[in-house]
Parts: sequence; structure tokens; C-alpha cells
Amino acid sequence: MTVDVNKTDGPADTPPAGPEAIKAIPVRHPGRYVSAAIALGLLGSIVYAFAQGNINWGAVPEYFFNDRVIEGLLNTLLLTVVSMLIGIVGGILLAVMRLSKNPVTSSIAWFYIWFFRGTPVLVQLFVWFNLGIVFTYINLGPIYKDYWSVFMTPLLTALLGLGLNEAAYMAEICRAGLLSVDEGQTEASHALGMSHAKTLRRIVIPQAMRVIVPPTGNEVINMLKTTSLVSAVGYMDLFKVAQDIGQRAGSVVEMFFLASAWYLILTSVFSVGQYYLERYYAKGSTRSLPPTPVQRFKAAVLPARRPKGVSA
Amino acid sequence: MTAMVKAEGIHKSFGAVQVLKGIDLEVQTGEVFCLIGPSGSGKSTFLRCINHLEKINAGRLYVDGELVGYRQKGDKLYELKDSEVALKRRDIGMVFQRFNLFPHMTAAENVMEAPVQVKGVSRAQARERARELLEKVGLGDKAGNYPSQLSGGQQQRVAIARALAMEPKLMLFDEPTSALDPELVGDVLDVMRDLAESGMTMVVVTHEMGFAREVGDSLVFMDGGVVVESGNPRDVLTNPQEERTQSFLSKVL
Repeated sequence: MTVDVNKTDGPADTPPAGPEAIKAIPVRHPGRYVSAAIALGLLGSIVYAFAQGNINWGAVPEYFFNDRVIEGLLNTLLLTVVSMLIGIVGGILLAVMRLSKNPVTSSIAWFYIWFFRGTPVLVQLFVWFNLGIVFTYINLGPIYKDYWSVFMTPLLTALLGLGLNEAAYMAEICRAGLLSVDEGQTEASHALGMSHAKTLRRIVIPQAMRVIVPPTGNEVINMLKTTSLVSAVGYMDLFKVAQDIGQRAGSVVEMFFLASAWYLILTSVFSVGQYYLERYYAKGSTRSLPPTPVQRFKAAVLPARRPKGVSA
Repeated sequence: MTAMVKAEGIHKSFGAVQVLKGIDLEVQTGEVFCLIGPSGSGKSTFLRCINHLEKINAGRLYVDGELVGYRQKGDKLYELKDSEVALKRRDIGMVFQRFNLFPHMTAAENVMEAPVQVKGVSRAQARERARELLEKVGLGDKAGNYPSQLSGGQQQRVAIARALAMEPKLMLFDEPTSALDPELVGDVLDVMRDLAESGMTMVVVTHEMGFAREVGDSLVFMDGGVVVESGNPRDVLTNPQEERTQSFLSKVL
């Protein structure tokens, strides 16, 4: 992607040369000062309340990079990524099933989405964990055989519970994306002799991604936070670790602040990733993309050097 | 001359609406065959039947001597598999009214896509060929542009290049200039004229009577799902025999 950096140089609204620019006294807005003062006052009182409270703030930095916290953090990340992968793959599959002409597959997909969207994910997690009532054993012939309770580790429960639930939501997002692509695209591709599968992979999905990526970014951030539910089935995620440390060290609330801080950091990082992913799939849709913050920074700090990809 | 397209009693209906009510015609190899008529007369539908984007309900349609969409064994018809239909479509290029370029690919990538994905041509070879074709339609300098960065006329010329990249033996044009600003129509018609001179067999649904008269070898006037009048475009356009043809031409000419 080449970006013409020169276009962004200089303020956009410089008055044109020629007739004398109007110099007028702007309208005063005293109301704005009043509302700003009230808002700041309220904010200040909240900060003051927290500062006065019986909170041992020192515990937050003390445990911030604690080994167990980091382990919980990595577990949370693992859970988020793998559950999302299950959700995305399952979602694409379900979306294609729902859009297929086969009434059986489309009904099954409809039923799946109805069921998993209609029950709370926390309940689903408990059901997965306790499915031993139905299946005492899990028996995959010569490959694997064990008690359900042994097989269903907290990690597996968490992955299945979150991933399968997510698939139902992703299915609807993917379906909307696939439907958003103009039918003429499929026709043009078929007219060129491309197969259904190639049409989907090369023509339809890349265009559907523009519609799919933004809500999926939302889902990732949601998923990151929803993983905190798995502490209920005993998985050592960030929230569970924070709870444990808090109870043992007698700083329960402090550890919740710590967990919140980590969740905020992770969601911020994901948001940046989403920004660049959206840019990638915006290819061809806008005449020229505005430069990224990094490119703007480079253009401002290193005016002599040209960004990568721009040939003189 | 042999018939590139042969239609015998083609019927097509969408639900209860009968769009084609028995079309018989022949398109000879190497000729430019123009289809004209009021909107809703079924000319675009007929065109789309030729590469099986629409399934016909009755009649027989042949392209280059082979049945479209079916295989005949004895007196039974067997529907072709999707892959077999796709194989036949390779040889039939199509240009749409609304271009239908792939917006996430540059002009060159649009032209390269089918040869690479369908025929397995190497990317380098396809790129070289795309450059030649874009040069041929007068857009050699636009290879790296995305469709959104091109005018309608330029997009349609890229679409023609894209269809030609598959080296078809038959080209279908579905009102290729109807979505264009009047001043851009000429460029597209010039490209089509060059193509006609190179001996390509072309079936053109159009409202451009000037093009039909100058470039067309045969012309068919359709209305209400039937062929009303056919013949040499210069004869039909200047001296129509049927009343419906006369009233249509008096409105558009």
C-alpha cells in the first residue's frame, strides 16, 4: 500500500489567498464552562472518594507482574484466542450451512443458533462440566476412553462452552457479511468459469470481510471479558487468579483493580489490531486511505525519509 | 459457416411469468449478432441462458454444437454437474451492464484472476497477458488501479479485458454501455468494434442502434419473449417490416 504523505501536510483549512479573510469576534458559550466545571467537580469527588477509601493501592503494582498473575493472563489469552478460533471456524460453517439450499443442513444450523444464542453462556459452561450425568464414559474406540469427569478438564469445558456459544454469534455475523456481497460478483465469477468454492474463497469472502471484521473485533473484546466466567468451572484464568491472591493476601478489591487494569490493556491492544485489519480489508473500497498514526508520526518526525513502498 | 449458438424453441419462466416464449435463432461463427428490443422483452434473459446463468424450461440450446447445461443420452437428458458447467463457461466470455469487476482487486488482478485460478496459468504469464490486454483496451497505464479509481467506461473496458483473458470463442455483451455516461460510451464501443474486426463471435444486447447498424452482421428484434423480426441490421433498422418493430424504432432512433 502506497500512501502519498505529502497530501496530509499542512492544515487543511488555510484560508485561500485573495479577498481579505473575515475577522469577527466569536460567539461566547458561557454554558460550556459551567458544564465543564460541574463534570470536573463530580469526577474529582469520585477520585477523592477512592483515594480516601481503605484501599491498599501498593498491592496493585506489587502483584502486577506476579508469576501467577502472568500465568492467569496467558491462560485468559489462550482461552480468548482458541475460543474465538472455534467460534470463527464454526461460525463460517454454520453460515454456509444456513445459506445452503439443503433444507436439512440449513435447519440444523438454524436450530444450533437458536439454542446457543438463547441460553446463557454460564449455564452452558455448567452443563458441559456436568454432562457426566448423560455420558458416564467418553469412548472413542481404540483412541481414547475415560470417565467424562476426567476427560472434561476445566480448560476443555471452557473452550467448548465459550467456542460453541461464540460460533452461534459468529454465524450470524458471517451470514450478514456473505449476504452483503452483490450477486453480480458471484455471477461474474461463475461466468469466468470459476467453481463455487473458488468463487466463495477468492471473490465473496474477501469482500464479506469488510462487513465481518468490525463486529468480529467487538466479539474478540467481548470474548476476552467473557472468559472471566470460566472461573466458575475452576479454570485458572486472570480473574480466578486475582480472586485467589486477593483472598489469601487480604486485598480482594485491590486484585479486582489489578485484573481490570490488565483487561483494559488487552482490549486496547486488540483494538489497535482491529484498526489495521479493517484497513487491510478496506482495500479498493476508498480512493486513498488516510495514513495510519505510525505513518503520520514518521512523516512528522522524519520528513526527509520516505515511507516504505513509495518510489521516487 | 457453422452455428456458434443455436436456439430451438427456448422457453423460460420465472415463477408464473413467462419471459421467453419460444426463441429460435442461430448465431454464426465470427459474426456480430445484435439483440434489440424494449426492456422486459427477454433479450438479457436469453443472453444469460447461453452460458447457463439461467436454466431454460423448454427447448434446446447449443453452443458450438454442444447442448448447454445438459447431456443427452438416447432420449434422456442429464443435468450437467457444476464443474462441467464451469468448464464450458471458460469458453464463453460475458460482459455485464454493471461491469461487476471485483472491487478488492486491481485492474490487472481482475484480468489475471480467472486464468490463474481456473486455467492454472502462472502468475508471471498471466500478468504479462493482462498487461497486453489492458494495453489493447487502452488502459495500459491503469493496471494498478482499483475499480473504484476508474470511470465507468474504464471499468467496462477492464471487464472486457477480463473476459478476453480466458480466450473465449464467444463473447456475450449484456447492455454493456447502458450504465455509462454518454461521453464514455464511445470508448467502450470502439473496443467492441476492434474485437469484432478481429473475428470474435459476439452476441450483443444493446440499445446502441448506431453500433448495431455499423458493426452488426445480424440483428434480432425481440418483444414479449418472442423474436418479432430478424435480418441484416441495415435492412431491419432502416426498413422494418413489422409494426411493432416500426413503433419501437420510431421511439429510440
